[in-house]
Amino acid sequence: MDGDSAGSPYNGEFLMNLDWFPFWLSLRVAALSTILSTGVGLWLAYVLANRTFRGKETLDAAVTLPLVLPPTVLGYYLLVVIGRESWFGRTWEALWGAPLVFTWQAAVVAAILHSAPLLIKSARAALESVDHDYERAARTLGASEWRLFWRVTLPLARRSILAAVALAFARALGDFGVTIMVAGNIPGRTQTVAVAIYDAVESGNGQLARALVLAISALALGILWLANRLQPKQAVR
Amino acid sequence: MIEIRIRKHFPRAHGSSAFTLDVELAAQPGVTVLFGPSGAGKTLTLDAIAGFLKPDSGRVLVDDMLLFDGATGVCLPPQERHCGYVFQNYALFPHMNLRQNIAFAAERLPRLERHRKVQEMLARFRLDEVASRAPHELSGGQRQRGSIARALLAAPRLLLLDEPARGLDAPLRAELYDVIREVRAGFQLPVVLVTHDLEECFALGDAMHVVREGRIVQSGAPESIVESPANLDVARLLGLFDLFEAEVRTLDPGTNSSRLRFGEFELSAPYLPGKFKGDRVWIYVLPERVRAMPRDGQRPGQNQIPSTLERMIDRPHAIRLEFSNGLRADVARSAFAGWAGTRDWLIEYPAAELRAL
Repeated sequence: MDGDSAGSPYNGEFLMNLDWFPFWLSLRVAALSTILSTGVGLWLAYVLANRTFRGKETLDAAVTLPLVLPPTVLGYYLLVVIGRESWFGRTWEALWGAPLVFTWQAAVVAAILHSAPLLIKSARAALESVDHDYERAARTLGASEWRLFWRVTLPLARRSILAAVALAFARALGDFGVTIMVAGNIPGRTQTVAVAIYDAVESGNGQLARALVLAISALALGILWLANRLQPKQAVR
Repeated sequence: MIEIRIRKHFPRAHGSSAFTLDVELAAQPGVTVLFGPSGAGKTLTLDAIAGFLKPDSGRVLVDDMLLFDGATGVCLPPQERHCGYVFQNYALFPHMNLRQNIAFAAERLPRLERHRKVQEMLARFRLDEVASRAPHELSGGQRQRGSIARALLAAPRLLLLDEPARGLDAPLRAELYDVIREVRAGFQLPVVLVTHDLEECFALGDAMHVVREGRIVQSGAPESIVESPANLDVARLLGLFDLFEAEVRTLDPGTNSSRLRFGEFELSAPYLPGKFKGDRVWIYVLPERVRAMPRDGQRPGQNQIPSTLERMIDRPHAIRLEFSNGLRADVARSAFAGWAGTRDWLIEYPAAELRAL
């Protein structure tokens, strides 16, 4: 049995006393970052799917890069860009009176960087899978590109894009490496679930680790189920 | 009135050889048919008119509006071209019902006027009762009419139809032809239709252009093209004729006659203008005008060629006989029943039916 507690480790009292702050922080960070990366991601996905321009392949590579780079490398880059010495960091500090790094807002930036590439990739594929005849028909009927996107392309790709958003949310929920580099591990302020689990295991608090692991696993499974439900059975035609 | 002169080169790419589209045509109100095999460039021509394809050079003029001009760099986007386009799969938006689909073409109009026009269009195409159905709940004919109604509601300057009858069964096809005739009669606008079905050219076409390998090889009324194909390629594309090569032996304009040599036989034919003695010419003849009869040991008479039956093909109206020397003839089913099993035949070409390319 566990050395760190007597009797059943998961009695009601334990759950009541458990510090759920990391869990709620993670949800808040993931929700906010998903909203922001959906906005930016849809726009980038649209540009990549519909426009031809110089440097498109470069942009595509830049968008994909975060998927393949080690999280610590991403975190390092992010520190360089939003750190207190950077122009962005200085501007932020001048505007809000406090630095961005090592706050929960920095964790949001980290989560965006971690989840947006996946969202952009999937959203691009979803937009490109819409039968071009619908878009061409809308154009011959005089619809502007803007109206065509909102009234035809997006509704037709809706389910695939919602599935991509759900997956991006799950990924944002689980970021560890980038978050710990730019937001740190400050209990009660920037400690997200992934970081809290690491912390609990390191300090031998197996009970807490298990509770958080189970909670996150259940949530992730739920999101996956939702994403699979949303994913259309066959391509939109 | 449309005037099109476009040129576009497609370099060799994966799995396809280089292709040059070089088309010049004019279309009046009424139905203009682009006829040709798949891959001839018919749909590319429509796309260049509608603005989905930017030619390298040339110009596209509709009425007095310049849609594309290579020399001055004018190239309007599809939205500003006012070309109605009916797609092969109709492209009715699956997430809207029929009324919403049609109203999509009139969203710039004020609400009341839009409502009135949509209602008018629904009534005109006998769609009012199914207006609230989604496209997948409509019959093929309703989808067809819905798609045409939607294109017309945007008040286009011309209507482009991309193989609208492809994959339709015969009754739906007839229904579609009726709808297109209604459009021709009720809307004063040029209709350009792409097809590879010759019957469609005759059913609908006021003018016809034969497209082959990116070029227009013959233009005219459908009857006149079938009457005198411009060259061997057109004759083959039409798919109507028996074609065989013969040598001109004599020409006599005085009696409007000529003699042709085919293998070891001689045939009489009408005078062939523009040909000379000794020319090799392609003779074309409609198989239904050719007569075939069992030989029964007779000597071949005037314009008769003895032939050995190789195979028989059942066709809707007749039985087509194919002979070992490459000739063909159609025989009525009832007549053939009495001759079944005959191997040696005489094929007779009525002199007046022989034409030369």
